[in-house]
Amino acid sequence: MTLGLLPLETGDYTPPGTKDFLWYSLMPGDLPDWVNKPLVQAIIGALLVIILWVIASRKLKVQPSKGQFFAEYMYEFVRNGIARDILHADFRKYLPYLLGLFSFLLVNNWFGQFFLFMYPAFSNVGFAYGLAILSWLVYVGAGFAKWGFGGFLKKALIPDGVPAYLLPLVIPLEFLATFITRPITLALRLFANLFAGHLVVMVFAIGGGWLLSQQDNLFYNISGGVSILFSIIIMLLELFIGALQAYIFTVLTAQYVSTSIAEAH
Amino acid sequence: MSLLEISGNLNMIGYAIATIAPALGVAWIFASVINGTARQPEARGAMMSTAFIGFAVVEALAIIAIALAFVL
Repeated sequence: MTLGLLPLETGDYTPPGTKDFLWYSLMPGDLPDWVNKPLVQAIIGALLVIILWVIASRKLKVQPSKGQFFAEYMYEFVRNGIARDILHADFRKYLPYLLGLFSFLLVNNWFGQFFLFMYPAFSNVGFAYGLAILSWLVYVGAGFAKWGFGGFLKKALIPDGVPAYLLPLVIPLEFLATFITRPITLALRLFANLFAGHLVVMVFAIGGGWLLSQQDNLFYNISGGVSILFSIIIMLLELFIGALQAYIFTVLTAQYVSTSIAEAH
Repeated sequence: MSLLEISGNLNMIGYAIATIAPALGVAWIFASVINGTARQPEARGAMMSTAFIGFAVVEALAIIAIALAFVL
């Protein structure tokens, strides 16, 4: 056995990587491959959000109970802090989508730190693309509904005060920015943050577990224990990052809707 | 005998370099928001929404870089 310079280089250790994000069928043979853990988690998350909001919106009292207070706090955070601040007068039409988006993202991101799941569904890029396409349809649809087909294209592609000789340069750039890079960056921002966070937790947990299981080397065992404790601290950071990414995704969706329906000044 | 062999993809080093500029940009944006809020607390809402557009545009560079680091 040759000893590497680094403790984890001796050979029987396989570091976590992108292969840990591949999932196969939950019941191989009975169910197709796409019925995997992330899909089931996303469905559970959606059902959880629907059920919680239905329960929260029934039997509302003037003097709220603790549960109602909490639900109203969440609702007002999205309504006043995101929707009304950004969309101003006509925020009511988009509030249900924004609230659903925020709570769905929050629940699904926190599944990454929740026992039993321990995996954020949005660290698979397909789920993030799906939500980004939905947001794209909402903000492009809002623009077309308000300004008509040509009107919205004119508003989105031709900024005010651009001289005519610059238009051949500006129109393709604006088209790229509004219709292509916006949804892609929206999806990849969410995906990359959750993917990287889950990967960091796995590096510390799996590497720490390997170090703990080495015989006759107290230094390895102590550093393994420390890195497992550290992985718990990183999970606490991930709780914060999951909430932050849910917030940013919702704010940016509201922002994009606002730029497509705002009146020209 | 080679003492230490490092395997992996050089793309990740390129991605690490590519994150420097967006990191500075995002830091600068939010530093300006904090400064502005300290000077005029009531303008925080207006500054935050502008800051988030700027944040999205700047962070797009880092996001495109991570996509290219995996694809290329």
